[in-house]
Amino acid sequence: MRHFFTLLSHELRMLLVNPGTYIAATAFLVFMGFIFTGILESYSKAPQETSPAHVYFQFFWLPVFFMVPLLTMKCLAEERRLGTIETLLTTPVTTTEVVLGKYAAAYCLYLGLWGSTAGFFWILHQFAGDARFLDLGPLVGGYLFISVSGLLFIAVGVFASSLSRNQAVAGILCFTMLFALIIGVRFIQDAQWLDRAAFQPVKAAVDYAQIFTHYADFTRGVVDTRHLLFYFSGTVLALIFSILGVEAKLLHS
Amino acid sequence: MSDVPPAIEVAHLVKSYAGVTAVNDISFTLARGEILGFLGPNGAGKSTTMRILTGYLPATSGHVAICGVPVATQPDMVKRHIGYMPENNPLPEDMRVSEYLYFRGRLKEISRAKLGPRIDEVLELCDLKRVRHKIIGKLSKGFRQRVGIAEAILAEPPVIIMDEPTIGLDPHQILIVRDLIASLRGRMTVIISSHILPEIEMTCDRVLIINQGRVVAQGTPADLRREILGHSAYEAELAGDLAGLPELLAAVDPSLQLAATGPADAQGFVTATLSTAREDDLGEALLRAFTGAGLRVRALSRAHPTLEDVFLAATRRSWDVRSEQLRK
Repeated sequence: MRHFFTLLSHELRMLLVNPGTYIAATAFLVFMGFIFTGILESYSKAPQETSPAHVYFQFFWLPVFFMVPLLTMKCLAEERRLGTIETLLTTPVTTTEVVLGKYAAAYCLYLGLWGSTAGFFWILHQFAGDARFLDLGPLVGGYLFISVSGLLFIAVGVFASSLSRNQAVAGILCFTMLFALIIGVRFIQDAQWLDRAAFQPVKAAVDYAQIFTHYADFTRGVVDTRHLLFYFSGTVLALIFSILGVEAKLLHS
Repeated sequence: MSDVPPAIEVAHLVKSYAGVTAVNDISFTLARGEILGFLGPNGAGKSTTMRILTGYLPATSGHVAICGVPVATQPDMVKRHIGYMPENNPLPEDMRVSEYLYFRGRLKEISRAKLGPRIDEVLELCDLKRVRHKIIGKLSKGFRQRVGIAEAILAEPPVIIMDEPTIGLDPHQILIVRDLIASLRGRMTVIISSHILPEIEMTCDRVLIINQGRVVAQGTPADLRREILGHSAYEAELAGDLAGLPELLAAVDPSLQLAATGPADAQGFVTATLSTAREDDLGEALLRAFTGAGLRVRALSRAHPTLEDVFLAATRRSWDVRSEQLRK
């Protein structure tokens, strides 16, 4: 693991010197700001039952669908397309270190982008002057959900990137997998055929993997270890598959 | 010194991809400090062999050891002993030269204290000082190639493997790269692959010619010339009655033969190519025999076969062998 920090600091440095990162970050903030303004507008029209933070984090899937593929599609696909993975893997670096370094860098950027949206709440706090707008519970719960679920989403993106040398293919693959994970599982939950007795275990598994339910628990302040286990085990699995993906491509190159 | 293992030891190396045998039973050893030229037509298995040597690709069967460390079981140790520059020299586009070398140096486990002076040294050696703060993507091909070489020698590994280091360079840059490689002689073991034969001939101590995954010839350039071509050749421009020429040649030396005669030119001179198994010079004896027989001689020269002829003869020979096998 001695090269992990070398790789991570290299990746972060490359992100920081790349103008694309800043353009993406600005676009992300504009987009999230637009959503936030919309929420505040609805609050100004009529009284609501939940806090703005709760509604705001409900839209987590929107940026996840677009930002995660864009952040991760490059990481391994680009290395393979340029052939730099060959020079990288002929130094005393293991595939695991390379994948983890790329993953950690993408996750840091993801957290940084979400973290910057905390500014919205700060501005609201400064100008609204009403403590009720800033319910700390859902806010902390929301950010905790983002950081824990982000582990899995970014890992899925890295896995998609390990499968193809074409960035566009990796990006669309990542989008599809995230869509299946977030929306697809929710869709299956409502299916009639799952109610039969024979499908009970499947039904239980589908209920367990409901990301929207996890989200609701987190913002209510319930940090369930089963949810944490879901994200951590999913992350580890996706990363193991990414490492195997990179190595399998070497064997058959 | 006999207890020191050779720098590179390859025995019965085989690599096959999905039914195609890219490398078929290659064996060679390379002593420390030697420079080996790896020659072969496209698709001969040069790059595959080099990738297996670096531990990047696994071999199907056979044994490869770098400095006595087997590649198959200890690839991590092997990677500490080599500097590798792949084919087409892939480099990240958006880094500065010195940043790139720093990053690579850290990956190759050079300590921070040593890395700074070592980067300066390597930049000096590869004549890259002027571009050290430039972005790699904006450098010309010659500079990029030298960045690749600088990266390969950065950690001072005992073995350096370079896949076509001079491809796409202009003659002046080839000269610089060649001098650079020659300057490593004795300190590091170098394997380079190339299509450019004169260059291999000038820089390499030994040449290995492979074709279709097999070694077709190996040895010093001079050895190869003797072994593959097996004879010297003379070219003479003669005029007069050439009917008695074969007997005349046999009288000079029994192995001397008339290989070919060209058409007569305007002045009636014919270019005759003679071949002999004799190593020593027969020029004077030939001249005396020609003039003694009343032939007019305009020119007589001993042909020096280049490595190119050796290469063509060796690869052709292996094709012949292969087509005979197919016929059976």
